[in-house]
Amino acid sequence: MAGEAIRVISEKCVGCKLCVKACPFGAIAVVDRRAVIDLAKCTLCGACVKACRFDAIELKKGLETTRDLSAYRDVWVWAEQDGGKIQSVTYELLGEGRKLADALGMKLAAVLLGHNVRNCATELMERGADIVYLADRPELEYFQDEPYAAVLTDLVRRRKPWIFLSGATTVGRSLIARVAVAVRTGLTADCTGLAIDPATNNLLQTRPAFGGNIMATIVTPNHRPQMATVRHKVMKEAQREAGRSGELVVEEIARELLRTRAMRKGYVADSGSTVNLAEADIIVSGGRGLGKPENFRLVEELAAVLGGAVGASRAAVDANWIAYSHQVGQTGKTVCPKIYFAVGISGQIQHLAGMSSSDIIVAINKDRDAPIFKVATYGVVGDLFEILPRLTEAFRKALGR
Amino acid sequence: MHIIVCIKQVPETTDVKIDPATNTLMREGVQSIVNPFDMYAIEEALRIKERLGGKITALSMGPPQAENALREAISMGVDNGVLLTDRAFAGSDTWATSYTLAMAIRKIGDYGLVICGKQASDGDTAQVGPGIAVQLDLPQITYVRKIEGIDERRIVAERLLEGGYEVIEAPLPCVLTVVKEINQPRLPSLKGKMAAKKAVITKWGAADIGADPASIGLEGSPTKVVKIFTPQPRGGGEIIEGDPDEAVRRLVEKLRDVVVGAAS
Repeated sequence: MAGEAIRVISEKCVGCKLCVKACPFGAIAVVDRRAVIDLAKCTLCGACVKACRFDAIELKKGLETTRDLSAYRDVWVWAEQDGGKIQSVTYELLGEGRKLADALGMKLAAVLLGHNVRNCATELMERGADIVYLADRPELEYFQDEPYAAVLTDLVRRRKPWIFLSGATTVGRSLIARVAVAVRTGLTADCTGLAIDPATNNLLQTRPAFGGNIMATIVTPNHRPQMATVRHKVMKEAQREAGRSGELVVEEIARELLRTRAMRKGYVADSGSTVNLAEADIIVSGGRGLGKPENFRLVEELAAVLGGAVGASRAAVDANWIAYSHQVGQTGKTVCPKIYFAVGISGQIQHLAGMSSSDIIVAINKDRDAPIFKVATYGVVGDLFEILPRLTEAFRKALGR
Repeated sequence: MHIIVCIKQVPETTDVKIDPATNTLMREGVQSIVNPFDMYAIEEALRIKERLGGKITALSMGPPQAENALREAISMGVDNGVLLTDRAFAGSDTWATSYTLAMAIRKIGDYGLVICGKQASDGDTAQVGPGIAVQLDLPQITYVRKIEGIDERRIVAERLLEGGYEVIEAPLPCVLTVVKEINQPRLPSLKGKMAAKKAVITKWGAADIGADPASIGLEGSPTKVVKIFTPQPRGGGEIIEGDPDEAVRRLVEKLRDVVVGAAS
């Protein structure tokens, strides 16, 4: 590489410190009336370039499009299905993809992989897909990283989409990362906002980082497709329009694409909770305030009445009160339900990182100073053992259950 | 068996605070730690070594001070540390990072297993593990919560999914990414701490690993960050105190419509 990616032009710098204030990472100091950038801290975000009134900071962004991208078109979504049941995140992607495709004047396509899943294509069209690319093979009956990635990589190379979206689900993240590296394009993880830049038709991908403490907007200017995984429950589902149809393209899949080295030997479903945390509209989470494992029953009862899922804080999981698969937070799951109940959870920053984008947060805690109340939409200060049973009973009545 | 563990030095995010005056992230005095998920990767490598023998190399890419993360790994029992450090690596996204790590893994060579944490706590992408697997054309098992069996030629592992887990068998070499459930990382021993102090960390730059200059750092990264901003802080809302019956009545009133909507 020729020279540094970012540099201060010392003849122009006046040492005004505007850049120091603008830097989100504390990477700039003014030494002898000249800005000095600590490259170990700098992430090349460009905030200083914008803040500088003297054009004294130069950042080689590579933002100018240097490649011919004219062969690429359309917005694709990976239609995640499990046993022939389309996952709800797919409908969210179709809802968002429709908007992007309309803004670009392009078509919206769904890519469907599986075995005997042709009937899913109709549903995808009714939810807005103009085209469904179908790869229907016995080898694709259930998700496996290698054949799924190889088939998608092959389709992307041949058909050249402009944008390709997947849900930021467990399998989506595992799969799409393989595809993006194989086709050598950019991939932005776990986006919570997508938009089209009208000047360039680039996809503006906004995502949280540092546990949600900062947001970053990211583009992929020179590579196609522009790929992103999208967080569950953030985008609105595409509404079903009965009778809407589209084009079905049945793909011929070369045999060598279907090989896999890692083989699935079995699948064991969780016996405990029946509601998937990532897909749940309502989550009731319990923490250390429950006191002992038996008291999780109170949390489970409220979740059952509300048709919600059961979550937990790290403290509750580390104490072996509940399985790790229920843990919400930085070292657990990131969730985004319509209502999140935090029961007896103090609200450490690691927990907040996993749930603070929920629509409504209800905190129940006896400690009025608990940090959870700083993010709670409704904070109930009181004894959870008095409040939870009453709440469960009240909702049981309200919902007629 | 030779196991390569990929680790990242990250800020200890508990300490990341927003400066109320400038509304920017304050990283002054923020401690650096080994990414929490990588601690499980280190621990699992140690457990495999205890069963099968062999050696463990910890690999990291970062600024010179990321050497401390490698020393921490050595204090837990890892044999060697390799740090990829070069200004040319600055600005790497997940594509360039997985390329750079893969080039180093090739150079280290002769390995049976590459283990990564599920994701790093600063970027939260979970993309580098699968990226390394593709760069090296290896099978992968992501979100490993338990290794059921392993020998010199194959591995059987449980992979945590949304509603349960899969049992997956793969030939070696293979890339794993691990979740917290897999183990409880050990504390460094006194002997380990001594070894960490004395250890010589291998440092490689772009030329040492034969990296293509167009595939590393900012230039090799297909994604570009165009804006960084602080999200609207989520302000505290309404506090409900007092008599439990009255508190519950008020709460149900406020939530009724949303609950009915979600339940329908």
